[in-house]
Amino acid sequence: MMLRDLGAAECAGRLRDGRLRLRTGPFVMQLQSPVAEVAAGVSLLYADYPVPEPAEFADFSLQVMRSGGLRRWIKPQARFFYDGQPVFEPMALDHAYPLLEWSMNWCVASQAHQYLLLHAAVIERNGLAVILPAPPGSGKSTLCAGLIHAGWRLVSDEMALVERDGSGRIWPLCRPVSLKNRSIDVMRAWAPQAVFNRVTVNTTKGNVTHMQAPAAHVARMHEPAVARWVVFPRWQQGSAPVLSPRSRAASVIELARNAFNYAQLGEQGFHRLVDLVRGCDCHDFRYASLDDAVKVFDRLAAEAA
Amino acid sequence: MLSPLWRRQALPAPLDADDWADLLGQARSSLLGARLALWLQAHGGLEAVPERPRSYLRLALDIAQRHHGLARQEMLRMRAALRRIDGPVLVLKGGAYLATGLPAAAGRTLSDIDLLVPRDQLDEAESALLAGGWIAQERDAYNQRYYRQWMHEIPPLTHVQRGTVIDLHHTITAPTSSFAVDGAALIAASRAVDATDPRWRVLQPVDMVLHSAVHLFQEGEFDHGLRDLLDMDWLLQHFETREPDFWPQLLARAAGLRLQVPLHHALHHIERLFGPRVPAGQRAAVVALAPAWPQRTLMACLLERALRPMHPSAAQGGDGLARSLLYLRSHWLRMPMHLLLPHLLRKAWMRHFPDDEGDQPAVRG
Repeated sequence: MMLRDLGAAECAGRLRDGRLRLRTGPFVMQLQSPVAEVAAGVSLLYADYPVPEPAEFADFSLQVMRSGGLRRWIKPQARFFYDGQPVFEPMALDHAYPLLEWSMNWCVASQAHQYLLLHAAVIERNGLAVILPAPPGSGKSTLCAGLIHAGWRLVSDEMALVERDGSGRIWPLCRPVSLKNRSIDVMRAWAPQAVFNRVTVNTTKGNVTHMQAPAAHVARMHEPAVARWVVFPRWQQGSAPVLSPRSRAASVIELARNAFNYAQLGEQGFHRLVDLVRGCDCHDFRYASLDDAVKVFDRLAAEAA
Repeated sequence: MLSPLWRRQALPAPLDADDWADLLGQARSSLLGARLALWLQAHGGLEAVPERPRSYLRLALDIAQRHHGLARQEMLRMRAALRRIDGPVLVLKGGAYLATGLPAAAGRTLSDIDLLVPRDQLDEAESALLAGGWIAQERDAYNQRYYRQWMHEIPPLTHVQRGTVIDLHHTITAPTSSFAVDGAALIAASRAVDATDPRWRVLQPVDMVLHSAVHLFQEGEFDHGLRDLLDMDWLLQHFETREPDFWPQLLARAAGLRLQVPLHHALHHIERLFGPRVPAGQRAAVVALAPAWPQRTLMACLLERALRPMHPSAAQGGDGLARSLLYLRSHWLRMPMHLLLPHLLRKAWMRHFPDDEGDQPAVRG
């Protein structure tokens, strides 16, 4: 059963009672929130996601709740609880939906050590994956959002789940793509068919929204992709598209810096990262327009075929 | 759901997916994930656990094992850094269990390493650790002074590159506390970890048990209360068969250090949660540890709530209130009123109006 089959009222009811379960990639998330914006966001963005049977094990159980006390009346706030304990600082109630998405990311990043977890977007074509690591301000989400509407499949916008067997396989964590500030309008113009959640203004990251993952990509979220390229993107106004080779050694170091659990995995983390990068061509990529980017990435895919 | 496991030989009944999620959640929030995995290994095997929960149990074991490797390396580095000071250095709690190979180390994760040096060596030890790369992150002048003037430890020292943390103590309880313990008495009775360096030491067994007990009640941190209680239970089980006259010595030492009350509370809850522990011959002496009934009953009731795993599946009404009261009590025990009130007021003020923006966890998207 898909979430859309539940209907909005049932979805909101289950969310309120903490009984809403969703499958996102390899994880079952159990969600609770009484906040209307959260219910609206979930039923819009996760409509095409499978709702697992009640008998299935939930990997993560999250709550995005209203803060109690006097605050409720003066300046209402939302809080994320995991295992019943608050995790982030409270945020304005209006930020509850992005808080849910960030909380889901936090759960995976802090618990799912069965994978090497890289902070990167991942897209796939013909079974081969591009890893787009994400130093702040690199514009990886915009690039990822653009390319998945131009022939590439969304594997993950936020995190690469690298199998720890040395095969270089990356498991999809196909979830809505987070967009902020100017890239929201860029994407609306670029992919008019795409579905966006309402924009939340003035969060710690500015104005943010989430773009629905294409239904066809969600339907394939059990299919892994094998890493073939590591591309460090950098958006630069007015720049011609430049794809320049980068050493594997420097790429390993930069990826380690962008990993969530590299240190936790110790020596194994190093070996898995080396295995991963050994099978990849590594590049820096500077670009100004998504049209240019699509051409460059199409060429990469064609050369590999 | 979690604590009764340690008095059983098998899981209570076949567990469904929700039960497994709750059990893992309770273990995670009590820092007992790896110990749950070890228990399951010993009683029916991990293979009998459904695949999905099993993968998280395996991870918890991996992480604990890695923690142990790192903690051993860090202790070697601390040992090297502290070679230049004259006096003895004691390693406390988890570090001590690990260094001396006690069963209480099994499946235990360590967030920091606790060290104890004589009070007059504190400055020298801090300088030596500073030279080794461990520096205080605490920049707030009030907090610095609070630690140094009133506490049994200096502000935590964090390694500039590796991020490992040392809590450097001169005794095990706050000097202003109603359970003040003279650090010199602990050092005098301490034992060398091994033959290679007589200055690298741990508390003698009965003091280790008493430290575990007093720590539980003075810190007011109940997120790992159950873990600390289990540590203590395993210390008792280990030492009572290996140390001559262990129980009489424990009771005599508790009286000597005036730690009867924490020992009473700890033993009461160990027996309540994990089964009989006190030998029949010592029962009368253990009963005699208890404070008068109003305090005894109130504390038993509060601790029963506070020691429950801090997980929604184990929560009952009043848990939060019980923990808050015990948190206040822990401060009350540590400091006399004229010091305590201004301190708590300042803490409350700082919580609502922090000087600068607190660091938020980095994961966003």
